[in-house]
Amino acid sequence: MKRSSVIILSVVLLLFLVSWIWKASVLGADPEETNVWGHAFGITFAAFLTLAILSFLYRDNPFYKFAEHLFVGVSAAFWMVMGFWSTIVGNLVPRVSESLSKFFEVPFDKFAVNYFYFIPVILGILLLFRLSRDGGWISRWPLAFIVGTTAGLNFIRYLRSDFIEQVSSTFVPLLVDWQGFGHFIANLNLSATGQLALTVGNWVIFLGVFCGLVYFFFSKEHTGIFGAASRVGIWILMITFGASFGYTVMGRISLLVGRITFLFKDWLGLIS
Amino acid sequence: MKYLLSAVIVLGLLASAAWAQEAEPATPVDTTAAADTVSIEPPAPVGNLRAYDSDNDHGHAVTIEWELSPDDGAGANSVVAYEVFRWYPDFWDTVQQVRADLVAARQLRASGTLDVEGDPDDYVKELAAEHQEMLSRLPEAHEQYPNNGEFRSLRVVPFGATTFEDQGPKDRLAEDFLPDYCDFYYRVDAVTKVDSIRTPSEIVGPVQSYGQWFNTGRIVVLCFVVIFGLLTIFFVQRARAGAELYVRPIAGIEAVDDAIGRATEMGRPILYVLGLGTAADVATIASFTILSRVAKQVAEYQTQLIVPTYDPIVMSVAQEVVKSAYMDAGRPDDYSEDIVYFVTQSQFAYVAAVNGVMLRERPATNVYMGMFHAESLLLAETGAIAGSIQISGTDQIAQLPFFIVACDYTLIGEELYAASAYLGREPVLLGSLKAQDVAKAAVVIFALIGVIWSTAGSSLFQNLFKVTD
Repeated sequence: MKRSSVIILSVVLLLFLVSWIWKASVLGADPEETNVWGHAFGITFAAFLTLAILSFLYRDNPFYKFAEHLFVGVSAAFWMVMGFWSTIVGNLVPRVSESLSKFFEVPFDKFAVNYFYFIPVILGILLLFRLSRDGGWISRWPLAFIVGTTAGLNFIRYLRSDFIEQVSSTFVPLLVDWQGFGHFIANLNLSATGQLALTVGNWVIFLGVFCGLVYFFFSKEHTGIFGAASRVGIWILMITFGASFGYTVMGRISLLVGRITFLFKDWLGLIS
Repeated sequence: MKYLLSAVIVLGLLASAAWAQEAEPATPVDTTAAADTVSIEPPAPVGNLRAYDSDNDHGHAVTIEWELSPDDGAGANSVVAYEVFRWYPDFWDTVQQVRADLVAARQLRASGTLDVEGDPDDYVKELAAEHQEMLSRLPEAHEQYPNNGEFRSLRVVPFGATTFEDQGPKDRLAEDFLPDYCDFYYRVDAVTKVDSIRTPSEIVGPVQSYGQWFNTGRIVVLCFVVIFGLLTIFFVQRARAGAELYVRPIAGIEAVDDAIGRATEMGRPILYVLGLGTAADVATIASFTILSRVAKQVAEYQTQLIVPTYDPIVMSVAQEVVKSAYMDAGRPDDYSEDIVYFVTQSQFAYVAAVNGVMLRERPATNVYMGMFHAESLLLAETGAIAGSIQISGTDQIAQLPFFIVACDYTLIGEELYAASAYLGREPVLLGSLKAQDVAKAAVVIFALIGVIWSTAGSSLFQNLFKVTD
């Protein structure tokens, strides 16, 4: 290890210890706080991990690597334990085996036994065959089952929500509440619920769908009128993406605010 | 001292409350209700009461319809609500008692605290058999109408309502279970603001609930499934017969070959990210086809490929795909199980790990194809910092903007599915892509017709596309 690395590591460790002790002294002032040192360590460690992850903005470094490996390891273990206790012990065992239910101390309802649960058990066991050199091909069967059934189920769902309902939503009048040109001019206004705004909105919906579909038509080259419609389609898509971008970034800012609030309030206590 | 003080305060509060109650001046008797009772006439009953089995369901539901009372919103305008009643045989209470005993016994048995003489399991079985036998006698009990039973309230609905669905769950142990094939009788009372002043309707019945085998509200879905199925089969057969099916060039896909060549020249790896989708998501399935093509070329050029995965099943499928691609390229020995590996199923931990790989391995090309969520920009931005050529594709509309701003090429939505057909050139994929194009052309025609009809003020065409649950 380089000398500079040792110095940096020592400084960070020292800062961590100082922060821990200082936080413990702050928390110790609260008479209701029972676990001063543990709580102080938790806050300091969370702040350290936050800063370690943020240090990635500078460049890859040992602190980021530490936080990354800890995060990956803990989360992988957590989800494995969750999967075992919620899926196998929580859902499967009480429905198939009384002795296993007693072993795991979960209530067993003999009258709720459902042997259909053995089907996913068998499929799960078949998946493990990929660990075998000779029987690896067996693991393709459960994969085929999962992909095939879900694709079939999704087909109907998407056909309905993304096709039929979306197509029928395009059937909008291009002249809203039309009672003649004179009436239209006489009542012209920019209200969102006015005749002009609704008519323009419906034209945007119709042309947007039409040109968008032309852009996603793959059987013909985008030239001539077809190309022009396609270009309008991609413009409409890009304007939509721009609006979506701004909307989502606003949401992400709130996440950043949450983290900064943690650092300045819970850790440093600079804001109340 | 503290307790003494608290006791004094509590006593003080109680005493003051008692004094307030005594001292409060007597509230004047509200004579309004009595006056209303005198002035309100019983309203006219609802008209044309009908009850029928609810359509397109699994049974256990009856729909009741009526016309508004003439005094609802008009006439004396005295109707404030409607109360719906159903006739229950006395035997219903006996069934409910056994049901409640059975539910309680099952719960106690499950927790091991059922204290009965003999075997607890036998006791629960006997109760279940008794309950089952009683349920089978319910149709017979309903046939005794109007003897040995009474009308009971189901629900009060506000004025202006003209329909009510008497619906129960399929679960026979549910308290509000509604048995099929029983003769039900209904009555609807027009209620005034004085509850006792009401007018019952005529009684309607008998009506039975039962399930339907076919949901007619979804015929339009069936039609489109059949049409698309036939179209796909037709184009797949054409592709298999060797017909030349044109697919226009897609910039993002053309770039894949160049990117792999660049990685080979630079001697750096290619990072392929399948996203957070499961193996059953359409975007992930399309991504497998593209991965197959990329892996085959990588094997041919003997470049390094890195595929970190989020989902264990996706990892298994991806391993199979990459292994097959290496075999197709004639280099099975170059395949290693370490090419495709599992990271974690935690979204941001996965991102942290992949970002680490980008900065440490410095891949020449990053390919993001599949389903992405909030991690899209984190990945793409890090890849841009690492100086990699980036090609992305997803059908997640909310994430496309991030890929568009941070990647060199982006496959938008359906381009991802088209890419798999374009690269794979398999008859099945090409055939389905062509069928989709025909479907899009059909949508344009439908939209044109629908808009013309709608502009003309008719909703007839729109109703053809109506799907009900």
